[in-house]
Amino acid sequence: MKRSLDTILLIAAGLIIWQLLHMAVPYALTSPAGTAVKAWNMLNSATFWPHAAETGKAFLYALLLAIAGGLAIGLGLGLNRTSAEVAEPILVSVYSLPKVTLYPLILLIFGLGVPAKIAFGTLHGIIPIAIFAMNAVRNLAPVHLKTVKVLRLSRTQTLLTVFIPGALPEIVSGLRIGFSLTLLGVLIGEMFASQRGLGYLIMNAIGLHDVPTIMAVIAMLGIAAVLASAFMLWLDHRLHHRAA
Amino acid sequence: MNSAALQPAQSAHEPSKDVHAEMRGVTRVYGGDGKTGGVQALAATDLRLRRGEFYSVIGPSGCGKSTLLDVLAGLSRPTTGEVLFEGKSIDGRVPEGTGVVFQEDASFPWLTVADNIAFGLRRAGIDAAEIQRRLDYALKLMGLADFAKSYPSQLSGGMRQRVCIARTLVMQPRIILLDEPFGALDAQTRLIMGDELLKVWRETGATVVLITHALDEAAMLSDRIGIMSARPGKIIEEIKTQWPRDRDSRIAANPAFGEITARLWSVLRDESLKAIHQGNKSSAGLA
Amino acid sequence: MSRVGWIRLLVVGGFILAIELLCRTGMISPRVLIAPSDMAIRLYRLLLSGQANADIIETLGNVAISLVLSVSGGFAIGAAIHALPRLRRAIDPFLASYYALPFFAFYPLFIVMFGLGRGAVVAIGFLFGVVAMIIATLNGFDRIPRVLVRTAEVYHMGPVAAALRIKLPSAVPYLFTGVKLAIAYCFIGVIAAEFIMASSGLGYAIAYAFNNFDNGKMYALMFFIIVLVTIVNALFYTYERRLMRRWGR
Repeated sequence: MKRSLDTILLIAAGLIIWQLLHMAVPYALTSPAGTAVKAWNMLNSATFWPHAAETGKAFLYALLLAIAGGLAIGLGLGLNRTSAEVAEPILVSVYSLPKVTLYPLILLIFGLGVPAKIAFGTLHGIIPIAIFAMNAVRNLAPVHLKTVKVLRLSRTQTLLTVFIPGALPEIVSGLRIGFSLTLLGVLIGEMFASQRGLGYLIMNAIGLHDVPTIMAVIAMLGIAAVLASAFMLWLDHRLHHRAA
Repeated sequence: MNSAALQPAQSAHEPSKDVHAEMRGVTRVYGGDGKTGGVQALAATDLRLRRGEFYSVIGPSGCGKSTLLDVLAGLSRPTTGEVLFEGKSIDGRVPEGTGVVFQEDASFPWLTVADNIAFGLRRAGIDAAEIQRRLDYALKLMGLADFAKSYPSQLSGGMRQRVCIARTLVMQPRIILLDEPFGALDAQTRLIMGDELLKVWRETGATVVLITHALDEAAMLSDRIGIMSARPGKIIEEIKTQWPRDRDSRIAANPAFGEITARLWSVLRDESLKAIHQGNKSSAGLA
Repeated sequence: MSRVGWIRLLVVGGFILAIELLCRTGMISPRVLIAPSDMAIRLYRLLLSGQANADIIETLGNVAISLVLSVSGGFAIGAAIHALPRLRRAIDPFLASYYALPFFAFYPLFIVMFGLGRGAVVAIGFLFGVVAMIIATLNGFDRIPRVLVRTAEVYHMGPVAAALRIKLPSAVPYLFTGVKLAIAYCFIGVIAAEFIMASSGLGYAIAYAFNNFDNGKMYALMFFIIVLVTIVNALFYTYERRLMRRWGR
């Protein structure tokens, strides 16, 4: 109860700071109330939804690809000690590359449009998911692996009954980060050389100095991201606590 | 020390049908490539376990006790020598009929106590009624009946180790190997767990091998105790206790308990001192 | 070098060689990707000509400034949040979903606040880097062993002495991870901001070359950034491994 009160207090403090900033530089920042009104109007307008659907579709495909690819890469590499040691620094340095520099390459391969956005979102999300999944398998308790040998389990039995459940909490942590970065990737993709989607709406509004639209889109994205993340954080905590 | 090293050779006179598991000249070297380099964990070790006996292995820290157990269980291959279980050579795979309890908590945190205990049975494709029968028996024997639906994280360390013992014993192993199973528990819990282990041993009739560093544990639980040398470890002396089969930790009041403990320590003290000096040398070498 | 190190070199080398071959044999069109060796040659010529120097210096300067701000700011904010457990609990979910926000959209706001110069780009680099540092600081402070804090009490250390002599050193490995992440994120933030919106810097130069179909210059610059970031990361990775080994982790 106290916790949710604190969350409400924090949000209230954030809104107050926002309002004060708005009063300091009114032409650069719409007020919270103004943003809410603008967001409501957008939600009720017919022109907004095609953009939201475009972003949603690209994000969904990118996320599915990132999860499937990341798990396959991570679990595959993690099962073998040498391959994991070889791969880890490579994955980490790919993770920390400014991937936006690769966007032209993706555009040249896929052309302008949804596939390029999906590829770019996937590129952002796949690496953290792979890193987490790989480390999850590597960090399985050695005593559990010995237990598997004592119980004379087959490879399939081991994978299904020990590796996957044992690695699940870490995998969920990876999915949480992968989720955020995939969304970021899709939005960056839409902000450059794109004619549709929420990222395009923001860029277009920046060009027109339409501050309320920028603020409203960011606010809606922010709320969606925080809610999704809060749900995954809750799942994450539940799984980790059970394991603790 | 030389005469003591000959000790295992004397047990060669005993009838072989009695021998349940055996190590013949087993050595184990970690790292290195074959001949050069590497750390020798086990020197040529011989060990004969009689069917149904309670055998403890005690030794200074780092002497290769856990290596001995891993090799005996089939969890790792001997570098040279041979390990036999029920007359058949085991080849780096855990043979059917072997159960192992580890020092670390090996319970699966994602399963309830009951699911943990039934884990191996379900993978082995045993029918549901039989699983339930063995599960109920193990829950009752280990005093876990009230916690069947709990998760390991809700249990104390001692209770979790009971889960691991129960998980081992439902498989009806003919030999149970325990690697310092009570090492992480407090002294009083350890005594109680020792009594539980004796009960399991009597009820199942299994051969039990207990690796321990605790003198009192070895002295009160075992039929025979093997003392290991400092690294590279081998069994340098065996002591018989003559305890009745029906016994528990209260046997510590028996004068013979003090004698056995004193004899164990008189051999072990020298080896522990050697082990400590080894440790100093190797850490000086690393720095 | 270790066996794993050799394998790693082989894998990366093999990958580059494969791309080289695919490009050289024409299986990948030069309109899509040019051969890595060609990238290197073009980069060499570009650096020699001095055309890209201004952009390189500008970008590195932006990264450096935003890095210093993120690390110092992130540490201070993290330490402050850690001292307020109630705030900490409430703010955690927000920190965790922070990176999903497209901060680039705040660019116009920053232009109003900082003018048209590098301020706005630095601000975005800072926004990217600072939260990684905050999270790392919180992690580090969370994992200070209680026994060390009690040792400080036994020695009658004041709060400042305890913070400087006990808490800070024992949180160092985590703070180091934070700095490493902040470097990566500042690069990502600065170059992405330049790419999408600015009118100077390496990111802008790449976007400009893309829009003008100047693949040679574009790939030379991409190659430069990838090599630069990889070297910086490799240095930090090596140093971190050494640090961890000394700490026995």
